[in-house]
Amino acid sequence: MSKQFQFKLVLLGESAVGKSSLVLRFVKDQFDDYRESTIGAAFLTQTVTLDGQTTVKFEIWDTAGQERYKSLAPMYYRNAHCAVVVYDITQASSLEKARNWIRELQRQADPSIVIALCGNKADLAARRQVTQEEAQKYAEEEGLMWSETSAKTGEGVADIFTAIAKKLPLTAPPSSRTGGRGGPSGARQGVDLNRQAASQNGGEACNC
Amino acid sequence: MDEEYDVIVLGTGLTECILSGLLSVEGKKVLHMDRNDYYGGDGASLNLTQLYRKFRSDQPPPTALGRDRDYAVDLIPKFIITSGELTKILVHTDVTRYLEFKQIAGSFVYRDGKISKVPSTEMEAVKSPLMGLFEKRRAKKFFEFLQGWKDDDPATHQGIDLDKDSMETVYEKFGLEPGTQDFIGHAMALYLDDDYITKSARPTYDRIILYTSSMARYGKSPYIYPLYGLGELPQSFARLSAIYGGTYMLDKPVHEIVTDQNGIFVGVRSGDETVKAKQVIGDPSYFVASQEAEGGKLRVLEDGKVIRAICILKHPIPGTDDSDSVQIIIPQNQVNRRNGTHYLIHETIRSRKLSPGLQLLGPIFEKFVTVSPLYTSVSTGEVDNIFITRSYDATSHFETVVEDVQDVWKRVMGKDLVLKKREVEAEA
Repeated sequence: MSKQFQFKLVLLGESAVGKSSLVLRFVKDQFDDYRESTIGAAFLTQTVTLDGQTTVKFEIWDTAGQERYKSLAPMYYRNAHCAVVVYDITQASSLEKARNWIRELQRQADPSIVIALCGNKADLAARRQVTQEEAQKYAEEEGLMWSETSAKTGEGVADIFTAIAKKLPLTAPPSSRTGGRGGPSGARQGVDLNRQAASQNGGEACNC
Repeated sequence: MDEEYDVIVLGTGLTECILSGLLSVEGKKVLHMDRNDYYGGDGASLNLTQLYRKFRSDQPPPTALGRDRDYAVDLIPKFIITSGELTKILVHTDVTRYLEFKQIAGSFVYRDGKISKVPSTEMEAVKSPLMGLFEKRRAKKFFEFLQGWKDDDPATHQGIDLDKDSMETVYEKFGLEPGTQDFIGHAMALYLDDDYITKSARPTYDRIILYTSSMARYGKSPYIYPLYGLGELPQSFARLSAIYGGTYMLDKPVHEIVTDQNGIFVGVRSGDETVKAKQVIGDPSYFVASQEAEGGKLRVLEDGKVIRAICILKHPIPGTDDSDSVQIIIPQNQVNRRNGTHYLIHETIRSRKLSPGLQLLGPIFEKFVTVSPLYTSVSTGEVDNIFITRSYDATSHFETVVEDVQDVWKRVMGKDLVLKKREVEAEA
């Protein structure tokens, strides 16, 4: 019997390191050289198939630019199962920013969150400022997954999401850990306003 | 900060965040600032550390209260009426995808020194001690009349004109006792006082229908509540705004509302920087604090106060069947006060306006009291492009917040707010 697990994945990292491009490559296999700052679609889903029977659906939250002035809401981190923290291999300062975001995650997010550090723009290796050794060493110290990607060529993009999917705890339903969003079936507990709105006209009896 | 914006929004309370989100969706270029380093303004939900920092700056939270992150204490407690206007905005803007809701377990009403559940099923109504047997029959006829009312069918009117006749006339027609009127007016129509009785019955009819249709949607009570506190609401609308291009700056002090020689809005100054925009929308606190820098220009007036108390209890509220979340309504006549009291009580979060209600709570572990001024703007903003939202009132729900959103929107945009369904984003 096939099983689908759903997880919330949040993206973090300095502006312009390619967070949205990475997601666009992963979800739609597209790349846009002149992509403007994130507008309009900051909530995407993509499914990774691990083996014939198990699929992992990522509910991907982009920052929508709220990271620019340190204005991400606590809601962003809430119940996140995994995070991809992105830096730009051609900008040494972006790795420093990534370290800050990882500290923020360790402070705000669930302690069991799976974090992947991701050096993007690997196609621009000629302008590299961050060595693989430096980033890898830091990732090992902090217990993070690490790899380099290029949203432009697609290199390493699917791999990092698949690696995250493999590392997520598929034995226990995620809902039992977070008490809410996204059980193995992807169904939410509690009140579904959208569903109720549809059937609203049916309930008009007075119960008094 | 050297760009020019269409609208600068000051404060991240719910009213401002809904407006910011809707304006961004409409294509306006929005800059949204808050002096605090957290979202929500006066309506934020705080964890224990933040709560004690605000009210007991010399005292850390007692360890007996447990973990910081298990708390989200609403500074302005309210519930969402399930079929109310806020729900419509939540669904139409699709921000529901960022939120989870729980149902409030029950609504209770105070009568003759004790509390009883507002019946939510026919079975509860039959057993309810709120009315005697004959009164129950009269009330049943009253509710059947309201439910059956059709504007264009005079046969359903039973000689009543909802627009001309007062609520008093309607109560008299069905012979309802004063205690039942209290219950209907305060626990169902959710009035804060009894002024409605002598006015046209129409608004009361609308409110009772809203209450009963909300009750019918989930059964236990007509209220829902965001699982992680009311502070999630402004955050979700801020995210909507950001997704449509809104720029967010928290922890940004606002030193001056800059105007030209005619008093028309030019921009907002923070430190040495001034950001220009065509219009500014903000909560009243940004226009009280900045008066001095602007030569004492009076922009808001205080026209009342709200007293709120947050109490931490170590037990469920007595007489509520150990409900994890309840609202208790105390009609004004039951405590000989001018205004009724609403308790919004969910888990560790308690609120009160008047002292008789505190006695219902049993032993109180900790109590934080605030007295908040209610401000209204002295101008409509249509001339000077300065639009000031209202302070959060004493009502137990968000209907007046949405009224304010609609009112400000109309003045800012020059047209009525029409909710459009947000385009569904592509799912891969």
